[in-house]
Amino acid sequence: MFAAIVRKFAGMLVVMYIVATMVFFLTRLAPGDPASLMLGDQASLTDIEELRRTYGLDQPVIVQYILWLKEVVRGNLGQSIFLQRSVLQAIAERAEPTFFLALFSILIAAAIGIPAGIISAVWRGQRIDQVVSAGAMLAASIPSFWLGLLFIQFFSVRMGWFPVAGYGPPGGSFAERLYHLMLPASVLGIVNSALITRFTRGSMLDVLSEDYVRTARAKGLSEARIVLRHGLGNALVPIITVVGLTAALLVGGAIVTETVFGLPGIGNLVVSAVLRRDYPVIQGALIVIAGIYVLINLSIDVLYTFVDPRVKY
Amino acid sequence: MALAQAPLLEIDQLEVEFRTETGPIVPVRGVSLRVDAGRTTALVGESGSGKSVTSLAIMGLLPRPFGRVLAGSIRFSRRNGEVVDLATVPPRGMRAFRGSEIAMIFQEPMTSLNPVLTIGEQIAEQVRLHLRLGREAAKSRAVDMLGLVEIPDARRRADEYPHQMSGGMRQRVMIALAMSCSPRLLIADEPTTALDVTIQAEILALIDRLRRENDMGVLFITHNLGVVAEIADVVTVMYAGEVVETAGVRDLFHHPRHPYTRALISCLPEHALRGEDGRRVVQAIPGSVAGSLDAPGCKFAPRCVHAVDACQAAHPQLDAVEPTHFVRCDRWRAL
Ligand SMILES: Nc1ncnc2c1ncn2[C@@H]1O[C@H](COP(=O)(O)OP(=O)(O)OP(=O)(O)O)[C@@H](O)[C@H]1O
Ligand SMILES: [Mg+2]
Repeated sequence: MFAAIVRKFAGMLVVMYIVATMVFFLTRLAPGDPASLMLGDQASLTDIEELRRTYGLDQPVIVQYILWLKEVVRGNLGQSIFLQRSVLQAIAERAEPTFFLALFSILIAAAIGIPAGIISAVWRGQRIDQVVSAGAMLAASIPSFWLGLLFIQFFSVRMGWFPVAGYGPPGGSFAERLYHLMLPASVLGIVNSALITRFTRGSMLDVLSEDYVRTARAKGLSEARIVLRHGLGNALVPIITVVGLTAALLVGGAIVTETVFGLPGIGNLVVSAVLRRDYPVIQGALIVIAGIYVLINLSIDVLYTFVDPRVKY
Repeated sequence: MALAQAPLLEIDQLEVEFRTETGPIVPVRGVSLRVDAGRTTALVGESGSGKSVTSLAIMGLLPRPFGRVLAGSIRFSRRNGEVVDLATVPPRGMRAFRGSEIAMIFQEPMTSLNPVLTIGEQIAEQVRLHLRLGREAAKSRAVDMLGLVEIPDARRRADEYPHQMSGGMRQRVMIALAMSCSPRLLIADEPTTALDVTIQAEILALIDRLRRENDMGVLFITHNLGVVAEIADVVTVMYAGEVVETAGVRDLFHHPRHPYTRALISCLPEHALRGEDGRRVVQAIPGSVAGSLDAPGCKFAPRCVHAVDACQAAHPQLDAVEPTHFVRCDRWRAL
């Protein structure tokens, strides 16, 4: 099993390499130049040339690429052009809101989606199933920024229950910071629960018509035990997959939500880096996001072995 | 046998309806049969004749919400002597019977066990529920049951998952599961069909041994008359949702009355050589279960070599040939 995980990990490193390479060249394809952006309209050409030299931007792209890759392999993502700190440090400073936002969102999405999917599978075709399915459809078609604005309008502005935006005053307590995440996490959780609901419903329907569920009924077990232990127990593999993929997507989707809610997370960092052509930060942040993707995927694989004894590596 | 005991299971004029997209169908109409304690009743009939539906009706496991018992009774005599009509027991109430007083083995050993639970857990779960044993006691009972069905190295195998076992072993596990709460009635729905012949014989012998040792009634569903001859005391033959003949096993094989039963028996290799009247009949019954089952007459008439016009007109009733031999054919006296 260990060898297989290592093999899988190696495969994912290849994926990360491809991602990193694509990001490197794509950012450079976009027009705009960090040196002129940094120095402003009034700067002389020599000053700009000077600055470009400092960051190695005067070299041919392929040379830049090789130099950059060498450093990345050593774990050095380089220096930010604008932030006066290393890319890793910049990311680390912004990681907390993104991490907890993604974590709470996925917990909320799973807490809504899994029970809703089970309920709608158990009572398939009946009123409750129609209500749940319609709700899932609605949640899937709402843009998260729009729901975010709606929530801010209602829960923050009208009811005053949650802060409108931001991550609390500098030096605020951890609890206070997390409190600021509740509203955005609910928005992301609700929007992402739709896919989990539909997946759970589908796999529960498959599983509940299996012969071993009939056996469980023939044993005289309670309906709750049949559905949860024998049904859900077998539907867990596809459910874990969709929850994991949703989690991975959430990390990417954080960009939009962080912008709407003014959270100083990695999404925000990437957006401002893109606007300023801060190449090292864009590249570094995307590599980190790809890395999280890879990690989530590996954890899903490891989890499989716990929920399904037939999965062997 | 001086005293006629109350039968363990007595089904009378059972009718089951399924509401389907294309309208209601009645896959079982007019099934009567009986199983006595310590005896085996075989329920025979070709594919689609309603054998499984009958057994699911007994268990209260008709697919909900579109399947239901329309008419008839399913009287079962409980361990405490009480006789209940299972057709009238509400769904929740049926849980007390399932697994404890009535157990069932299914046709598909490969898929009837939960793949993510160990077989020990699957047996222990039922034992804990019905026998109210603790975790440890239930586990050790599960191991005992696996030993009882002759699974070698039961203690270790209890911790294995179904996918680690062969089909024959899994069917043994299903039997161990079924037997774990000492049921009074065992319903075995084609338990050997999916297994190869040598394993089949072992499983049959096992069920038969457990029946004898536990004074358990067995309703054995099959379409294999060879198996019937081996294990049944009483045979009930179904055709298109109806019972067409019921008799003791020797009586049925030596004096079959219904043309369908005769045709079935003549299909057996051993019986094809010398039939009841010395004639060789058919090797396979021509035709298939008629499409227009709502026609008024005898359902077998379209395929029956002895059919006359009258057979198409009126629906025959079950008629007593002898006190223990019934046939649903208006012409049985003439044949
Ligand atoms: N879930 C269901 N929905 C609709 N019709 C069904 C369902 N289950 C069974 N039937 C119908 O009921 C009839 C009897 O089926 P049943 O399964 O009892 O046959 P059987 O005698 O057990 O056959 P086999 O030997 O193939 O197991 C069949 O015509 C079948 O089409
Ligand atoms: Mg069947």
